[in-house]
Amino acid sequence: MEKIEAKDVNFYYGDFHALKGISMEIPQNQVVAFIGPSGCGKSTFLRLFNRMNDLIPGTRLEGQILIDGQDIYGQDVHVDELRKNVGMVFQRPNPFPKSIFDNVAYGLRVNGIKDKKYIRERVEESLRGAALWDEVKDKLNDSAFALSGGQQQRLCIARAMAVSPSVLLMDEPASALDPISTAKVEELISELRSQVTIVIVTHNMQQAARVSDRTAFFYMGEMVEYDDTRTIFTNPHKEATQNYITGRFG
Amino acid sequence: MKRFMEKAVRWLLTASGFVTSLVILLIIGFLFTEGAGLFREKVIEEGYVLALHKDNPVRKMDAAQIKAVFDEDVTNWKELGGPDLPITAFRLEDMDKYFTEEELGEQYENAPEMIAALIGEHPGMVAFVPESMIPEGAQLSFIDDNNISVKEVLAGSEWFPTATPAPLFGMWPLLAGTLWVSFFAILFALPFGISIAVYMSEVASERVRNFLKPVIELLNGIPSVVYGFFGLIVIVPMLQQVFGLPVGESGLAGSIVLAIMALPTIVTVAEDAMRNCPRALREASLALGASRWQTVAKVVIPSSMSGIASGVVLGIGRAVGETMAVLMVTGNAAVIPHSILEPLRTIPATIAAELGEAPAGGAHYQSLFLLGVILFFITFFINLCVEYISHHNKAKNS
Amino acid sequence: MNSPVYPTGYHLRKRRSQTAAFTVFRILSYFIVLVLFAILGFIIYRGAGVLSWDFLTKAPEDGMRSGGIFPAIVGTLLLMLGSAVVAFPIGIMSGIYMNEYASKGWVVKFIRLMTNNLSGVPSIVFGLFGMALFVKYMGFGDSILAGSLTLGLLSLPLIIRTTEEALKDIPAGIREGSLALGATKLQTIWKVVLPMGMPRIITGLILSLGRVSGETAPILFTCAAYFFPQLPNSILDQCMALPYHLYVISTSGTDIEAQQPIAFGTALVLIIIVLIINLLAGGLRKYFEKRLKLK
Repeated sequence: MEKIEAKDVNFYYGDFHALKGISMEIPQNQVVAFIGPSGCGKSTFLRLFNRMNDLIPGTRLEGQILIDGQDIYGQDVHVDELRKNVGMVFQRPNPFPKSIFDNVAYGLRVNGIKDKKYIRERVEESLRGAALWDEVKDKLNDSAFALSGGQQQRLCIARAMAVSPSVLLMDEPASALDPISTAKVEELISELRSQVTIVIVTHNMQQAARVSDRTAFFYMGEMVEYDDTRTIFTNPHKEATQNYITGRFG
Repeated sequence: MKRFMEKAVRWLLTASGFVTSLVILLIIGFLFTEGAGLFREKVIEEGYVLALHKDNPVRKMDAAQIKAVFDEDVTNWKELGGPDLPITAFRLEDMDKYFTEEELGEQYENAPEMIAALIGEHPGMVAFVPESMIPEGAQLSFIDDNNISVKEVLAGSEWFPTATPAPLFGMWPLLAGTLWVSFFAILFALPFGISIAVYMSEVASERVRNFLKPVIELLNGIPSVVYGFFGLIVIVPMLQQVFGLPVGESGLAGSIVLAIMALPTIVTVAEDAMRNCPRALREASLALGASRWQTVAKVVIPSSMSGIASGVVLGIGRAVGETMAVLMVTGNAAVIPHSILEPLRTIPATIAAELGEAPAGGAHYQSLFLLGVILFFITFFINLCVEYISHHNKAKNS
Repeated sequence: MNSPVYPTGYHLRKRRSQTAAFTVFRILSYFIVLVLFAILGFIIYRGAGVLSWDFLTKAPEDGMRSGGIFPAIVGTLLLMLGSAVVAFPIGIMSGIYMNEYASKGWVVKFIRLMTNNLSGVPSIVFGLFGMALFVKYMGFGDSILAGSLTLGLLSLPLIIRTTEEALKDIPAGIREGSLALGATKLQTIWKVVLPMGMPRIITGLILSLGRVSGETAPILFTCAAYFFPQLPNSILDQCMALPYHLYVISTSGTDIEAQQPIAFGTALVLIIIVLIINLLAGGLRKYFEKRLKLK
């Protein structure tokens, strides 16, 4: 069954038509990459899946986005519940100015879990899942700002995974990281695919090629092509895609 | 020519750059010279002495004791470490109780002798008379006239700057009054200030915010006399009725007026701090399923805590230094307050009310400058705190 | 990984507590709006009947029990003008120095610290200082000159800060562009930087005038006259001023019945000045913002 389904999505920032008639399906437990030049709408599209664009005044959405068959912009949807189910990792690591432990426990606490023992287990589990446990287990009460950039980003992944979402959105998660940290994050992505459906926006075509099962190419607010990653990178059907992946623009 | 102009302008600009520093230095300098003069003044009014019978062994009396003696609160030398003898206080005004006009002579030319004789007859007498009225070689003792001491001023609990023979400059009641009023003002202003700041920065739509902001600015712009006037006409009678007070002018009235006046400062600075909380942090919290309120309470407020604290401290500074409104509504009784419902008097109000009457260069005048020095340093300290808090925050965020 | 079991219906509880909290904030906010309107409304309501052409243009009569407040209005305007003459040039130059000339580092930090401290100095301390320096030491006596100087110093920090902030927001590229064309630093500042910063500087200047118009404590001992019905002849004369007049009339009046209306009228005139100044500053800001956007 399709995990996420977008039906003829149009999106506007005021008068600006940012997304033009996009329809796509994302299958369960797959990694889908969105690529395209800056300003092509790929991040905007991603942020529709957890209704993050609701925060921006003057925006308007047409069309439908379904997750597990339910219209997430429907009347009866609680946006907090949706975001609990659809986690997100941002471009720059954005840990809270709190301890490492409290960062990971945050999502559990704000969603009503009070059992301290369970929270502790869950924090450890999530940090292990993000391959960070061994590095931080002795300093869980230190400020998260004491970690390196790469560690911070993995902490943010652990934080998102602690709530146990079924979808994880990643908005250029490695763009602010050095190559070694980037490799670790990519490794993590391939480990997490068994638990969640991952949608990743990236600037880096090699990264898309390495981590994703399917890839969508966006250009000027339109989805030009969406196919198996191998097809996109070896045998794209559209000329624009061909030009982009061969580095002729973007 | 062009080069010269550039240089001259540069010099001029540099000079103006340091004007504020110069003003601060001048303020410190002038206030200090006048204020410190107080400690060079004698306890007993200049030109006067306190004369005693020659057998009276008491030599030391501080200003508070002198006042007590002349107010007849202390009536026996025993209480001052002397012999068991009732005290008779004598002032020049009392002359006609003891002497007839004929005895004193037409020009009071006999007064010195008469007074000396009078003291000689009364072993328990203490006479407050001009130095010039003590005949040479008179068999009298005198109370030592010391300089006004720092301890008497800073820790003294009575403020009677116009008392004779010895004025009292105990600043503690004024300091206590200032602190009481400011404390309650902030207590009232804080919940409102934080709520409005949160509401403006996190809850209100852009339109509502565009309405609230000028309201807060206007609140900030209203002159303090107008607040004082409003307090006097509306708040004071209201408090008098609600609490059944003998007078409505009270610390509470001052606190309420000050709370309104300190509010804009708190709101503006706190709102600024919250709006500056990085969007990434808000989004991180919301993306984890936190509600907006959870995000505000658990992320936005904690991370803008130092900005909020700066706002509150600045608000305290504003309250501590406010003069006119407080002067108009607090009743200005220079006593250590036991309750916020009593009249009290703050440092700025004291300066404003008394400087006009204090003869320039006198002890009273100097004591008011000393109050100015204290006030200056309280606010200086508050500003350094703000500076430290916001600097601390910058270091943490980078 | 085993999934957490979330308490059912927790999102509803979250929503409820959010609604409750935000409602409290909303109520407290609107309460303050109410307070402002109460103050304004009360003074307008009681003062509006007093305002008349005669009230604004006549001197007080009959021991301030009747007549107008003309000398106080003139005095306040003179003090605003005087403080502007003192503070505007120095404040703007100081702001320019801070942003354009001073080497970033301890000099700027020190001056900024001092300026911030000066802005926190209570107005009554300015009064004391003005009395000691201008009235006594320099021998100006109680005069418009001494009052203007004191008020000018008081408004300096605000002017410096707004000037500095206005100039700071001008991109460095614009300065470099001018310098690259061979303009000197002074020409660049005079012809490019200042005109761009002017809107915000002017807003700051207007607000500083507003502050000056309402200050009482600094002029208490440097300038203000209790009763001075004729207009001042020179800057060494004393003058009446609106805020001081309001203070005197409402606290040491001898005939409350007759004087309270005058007090309301005076308070209303003060409020009108503040309103005009706030509207002017706000309007100017909006106007310039719009113009900047159109560019």
